[in-house]
Amino acid sequence: MNYTFQYGVVWKNLGELFDGAILTFQLGAVSFAGGALIGLFCAALIAYGPFILRLPVHVYVVAVTNTPALIQIYFLYYGLPEFGIRWSSEACLLIGLILNAGAYLTLIMRAGFLSVRRTELEAGQVLGLSIVQQVRYIVVPHIAKSIYPAMANFFIVILVMGTSIGSLIGVDELTGQAINLSSVNYRWLEYFTVVALMYVVLTFIASVGLALLGRWAFRVKARIF
Amino acid sequence: MDRLIEQIPRFFTASNVMMLAEAAYMTLAITVVGCLIGFGLALVLVYLRQTPGLWALPLRLVCVTYVEFFRRIPFLVIVYLVLFFIQALTPNASLFSIAVIAICLYAIAYTADIIRGGLESVPQTQVEAARAMNLSRFQTTFMIVLPQAWPVIVPPSIAFAVSFIKDTALVSQIGVFELTFRGKELNNQGYSGVLVFGTIALCYFILSFPLTLLGQHLEKRLATPRGQRHSRKLRRP
Amino acid sequence: MLHLGVNDIRASYGALEVLRGISMSVKKGEISALVGPSGSGKSTVLRALVGLTPITGGNIEIAGQTIDYRSARSVRAARDTMAIVFQQYNLFQNMTVMGNVTFAPIKIKRRPVAEVEAQAKKLLDLVGLGDKHGAYPDQLSGGQQQRVAIARALALEPKILLLDEVTSALDPELVTEVLDTIRRLAGEGMTMILVSHEMAFVREVANQVVFMDRGEIIESGTPREIFDNPKTDRAQDFFSKILRH
Repeated sequence: MNYTFQYGVVWKNLGELFDGAILTFQLGAVSFAGGALIGLFCAALIAYGPFILRLPVHVYVVAVTNTPALIQIYFLYYGLPEFGIRWSSEACLLIGLILNAGAYLTLIMRAGFLSVRRTELEAGQVLGLSIVQQVRYIVVPHIAKSIYPAMANFFIVILVMGTSIGSLIGVDELTGQAINLSSVNYRWLEYFTVVALMYVVLTFIASVGLALLGRWAFRVKARIF
Repeated sequence: MDRLIEQIPRFFTASNVMMLAEAAYMTLAITVVGCLIGFGLALVLVYLRQTPGLWALPLRLVCVTYVEFFRRIPFLVIVYLVLFFIQALTPNASLFSIAVIAICLYAIAYTADIIRGGLESVPQTQVEAARAMNLSRFQTTFMIVLPQAWPVIVPPSIAFAVSFIKDTALVSQIGVFELTFRGKELNNQGYSGVLVFGTIALCYFILSFPLTLLGQHLEKRLATPRGQRHSRKLRRP
Repeated sequence: MLHLGVNDIRASYGALEVLRGISMSVKKGEISALVGPSGSGKSTVLRALVGLTPITGGNIEIAGQTIDYRSARSVRAARDTMAIVFQQYNLFQNMTVMGNVTFAPIKIKRRPVAEVEAQAKKLLDLVGLGDKHGAYPDQLSGGQQQRVAIARALALEPKILLLDEVTSALDPELVTEVLDTIRRLAGEGMTMILVSHEMAFVREVANQVVFMDRGEIIESGTPREIFDNPKTDRAQDFFSKILRH
């Protein structure tokens, strides 16, 4: 291999990569939060809603989870302008990721809803708790604890796999910055090895944070490694 | 909207449909080949990771680090890294092999954990019985433990491979003639984005959905002891 | 002629010392029984012999040769001499009865397939399972599985057979069939070390009884000496409790 690594140029532009990393984190957090709202709503519909409403939710989940996120985002980015809807790259990415995450989080949260057993609610009734108290002290903690590891894991997935799609429609997140910068001076390998490491560090920080949060808020042991 | 309807007959020509079928085949081929090789290498990785003894500590560390790193790097970044790295090594490498290598590197990291979980699900007493009978670690792992771990390993591995069909869309970026690449090509030729990417999405759905159902069915069947015995009979009639 | 010598062996699980200096000797053709309360380290002695639990002190010798448990070759030689049968049978679930019995002789000892299979058939007849060659372990009762496990151990042609509470996991009505099998082996002059709670059986077949408690040998001798006239308080206490049931 006659390739000499020259990292000097990468260090000079490290600031721009950091900007990209921050945008990556913001995009990941917003997509996850939006997806979690959709997931909560849809999972509740599947678990407790009438059939008429359950059907469209099922269609949404099956359609989204069986097609690539990239195609969904291309659809928004290249398809919607034909209907006169013109969103920015960032908006297309965010809306696409929120809809995508919503479907996966519906599946995760549905599993949580189904894991609450009737006997636990009955135990609550015997203790004389009101409906609100049952939900507050029994249902919510139980669901939170049972789905937290899967949710934390999915946050890493969306943070890594999800946001990097943005680079393909011109969003300057971490991968996008790497493409922009390296196409100037063709130091592709240097930029991408550094960016790969930055992703490792970024997700590692997120994992540690989530594990601490889980231990503090729900007393669950989420996996860092 | 009018443009869309007007384009439909022009879009679904025999040559376009043929091209998409070939692209779907390509998507499936890189997924299957990449995941199969990745699965085999993941077995090796897990075996190395279980090497006992102090001297093997660096080896175990390398195996753990590999899995942790590759799960935390976007597949897209891995695709670019493999592309530029291989091109620096051998400029004439085919795009197909570059895509397969990228998928493979990624599949190793994900299936290694599945395999490790499967091997650990087999009771330690089986290992002890084997060791007391003078089986080597290699023989114990591959002749005693692994055959019993298949029902735990296979369903999630299939689920991973099926979900990976979708992630291979990202290798369109390096110019492999798979579904997403052809979609972008058709879109650039002036076909409606809604029409093109709707059709491509449908193609992925047709590949992914039946295999997802198959995976779920397999999981249910292998989850019962009866199913396990049945699958064992299938393997050795 | 001394066959197996255990000299002052020690073993620990973490900070807990489970064997605190065990010494005993087993002569060819004799049956030694390890008895005592649970957690006394009886099973650990057998596990240490085949190198499943590492010893931290003392040594074990077979026919005058000391086994070095840090050397893979030496451990292999020890495992060639001794075969162990576990409380939970530990049959390979992915193999038939025949596969379980013939696997190690064919794959590890590299003996001719036809010869091994003929021997396996004889052994399965001996343990009374001549009609179960093609069954999988999960299709057999516990007693049948344990008899397969004994046949599997015998197929290795061991000089010493180690039996680790082989009837403890069985329903009472299945115990007899396994004990009958061991009785038959005793009649054929097999050297055995057995850990057992079946005191009547131990008294009947054993030449030597070793009473253990908390990782130590409290006393040892002939069954008559140990069962009828235990010298120590601990042994008296244990047997009076056990025999009352």
